[in-house]
Amino acid sequence: METPLTQHISFNRPPYNLRDYERAGGYQALRKALTTMGPADITKTVQDSDLKGRGGAGFNTGMKWSFVPMTGDHAVKYLICNADEMEPGTFKDRMLMEGNPHQLIEGMIISAYAIQASISYIFLRWAYKKAGRLLRHAMDEAYAAGYLGKNILGTGYSLEMYLHTGVGRYICGEETALLNALEGKRATPRTKPPFPQVSGLFGKPTIVNNVETFCNIPHIINNGPEWFKSLGGSDAGTKIYGVSGRVRKPGLWELPMGVTMRELIEVHAGGMANGYRFKGALPGGASTDFLVKEHLDVKLDFKSVAAAGSRLGTGTMIILDDHTCPVGFVHNLEHFFAQESCGWCTPCREGLPWTEKILLSIEKGEGRTEDLQLLDMHTRFLGPGNTFCALAPGAMEPLQSALKYFREDFETHISQKKCPWR
Amino acid sequence: MTILETLTTEEITEIDHEISLVPFRKAAAIEALKVVQQHRGWVSDESLRAIAGHLEISPEELESVATFYNLVFRRPVGRNVILLCDSISCYVMGYQKIYGYIRDRLHISFGETTPDGRFTLLPNACLGTCDHAPALMINNELFRDLTEDRLDEILDGYH
Ligand SMILES: Cc1cc2nc3c(=O)[nH]c(=O)nc-3n(C[C@H](O)[C@H](O)[C@H](O)COP(=O)(O)O)c2cc1C
Ligand code: SF4
Ligand code: FES
Repeated sequence: METPLTQHISFNRPPYNLRDYERAGGYQALRKALTTMGPADITKTVQDSDLKGRGGAGFNTGMKWSFVPMTGDHAVKYLICNADEMEPGTFKDRMLMEGNPHQLIEGMIISAYAIQASISYIFLRWAYKKAGRLLRHAMDEAYAAGYLGKNILGTGYSLEMYLHTGVGRYICGEETALLNALEGKRATPRTKPPFPQVSGLFGKPTIVNNVETFCNIPHIINNGPEWFKSLGGSDAGTKIYGVSGRVRKPGLWELPMGVTMRELIEVHAGGMANGYRFKGALPGGASTDFLVKEHLDVKLDFKSVAAAGSRLGTGTMIILDDHTCPVGFVHNLEHFFAQESCGWCTPCREGLPWTEKILLSIEKGEGRTEDLQLLDMHTRFLGPGNTFCALAPGAMEPLQSALKYFREDFETHISQKKCPWR
Repeated sequence: MTILETLTTEEITEIDHEISLVPFRKAAAIEALKVVQQHRGWVSDESLRAIAGHLEISPEELESVATFYNLVFRRPVGRNVILLCDSISCYVMGYQKIYGYIRDRLHISFGETTPDGRFTLLPNACLGTCDHAPALMINNELFRDLTEDRLDEILDGYH
């Protein structure tokens, strides 16, 4: 089984410096791309590989790039790496950045060349201090080696790269809010259209992709789109999957896209911890719908998880065990979303704190039967199409599925006037 | 009636460097807040006015930016800031016990600072280390797989 993304990652030693990375074949893809391929060839190769964005939405990456204007006068275009990783339960981008910073930088340079960007940013969450240190060092090395800066590899192509650390807010990860944050403003999302590919940072054409998405690029350039497709099972490529919660071995694994939930939990995460039983799981971070026992054989790819009523999201799974109260679990999630709402649109700004309050009262044994209808109502009012961005609909996903699969537990809280788990 | 507070030469140099990287002055607003917080620990009303003046924007506009972000401190904080993850994986793995222990030992709740100014305790969203929950950060240091019996040793490392 090939594991291109993690083959050079080991946490028993420091990450590869430039020399080690080059010795392991690093920056060969960059050389190939810049000296033998045109920007359009690269975009087409990436599009043909069927690489889908690893930040949560799963959109074809090459297709996204193809919307960037390539003719006309566009002196400045931007390429941005979304390294904000703040979705609760998600911890994969940290590993990729701390484990092999040069892989990300190489992927970004190739991608920037494909859209002919002249400036690139890594938008890194403030808490990732170690990743920040390592990336800064790797960028310095890349500049010194002539992989960044003016006239890269003598090709005439030039690219600047900056590391920007945020000051904390989940909404900064939403790609248009991220642009406002980079412009020094409040990070509220922007209206689309215009899409960032046409009018993004400072009004210039801009591409935003996730860390894991960029890390795949050098391997696709080196080995071709067919190779990339053949890596996966039911979808292209490998995926960094994660499991947290009461399992024997929480962690991250690079696996062929489309591993089943059962294999991920039982084989890779070692099964449930002693004395704990599986009750459900959010397959891809806090803003995805619960899957339960009947879904254990679902393949974890974008399409199959959607068919099961949830989303692959970030591919990092959070387990709900039988010792944890599902109402408390969802209350914790909605507290997060209410706090992180940017406040721009009413359903989200008002609806999330209301949801949080109802959940708290149910958890404390003060819930009323009507509260369940109120919660149902919120899942519709804050659902897709009613809010300005995807934060609110995302917040409703774990709630609506908890109300579906664990409704009895909600009802017991109300009828017994207490939390059965306390 | 405004209290005139000025930025230090060092602060101005750093802020001007940030301004040089962006197309217009006010785009450096967040970076400027970070610079001042780095030097002074937090951003007071007076500091905020001074930064706004330097960026050539109104204090109100800068305030709207400053209060949007969790980690721009608009109130003084202690010498060490504890950020305890209260998100979902840490909830499942029992961050509440860790919170209880810190509260009992330092006699402060979330949002409070010890009277000696040694610690401020704040809740924080997922620290991105969920496979090693529960987790917290003190200043720039991350602590993972926390258990109550390790906390004394961790806290004793900060003065
Ligand atoms: C509230 C919210 C937070 C998000 N946070 C992140 C994030 O931290 N990292 C990320 O890559 N994408 C995040 N996204 C998705 C981005 O908007 C965007 O789709 C993604 O960065 C595109 O990259 P990709 O095509 O490579 O997946 C978030 C979306 C929303 C609505
Ligand atoms: S849905 Fe929420 S986070 Fe998104 S724009 Fe509206 S208020 Fe802001
Ligand atoms: S939930 Fe605490 S580190 Fe992710």
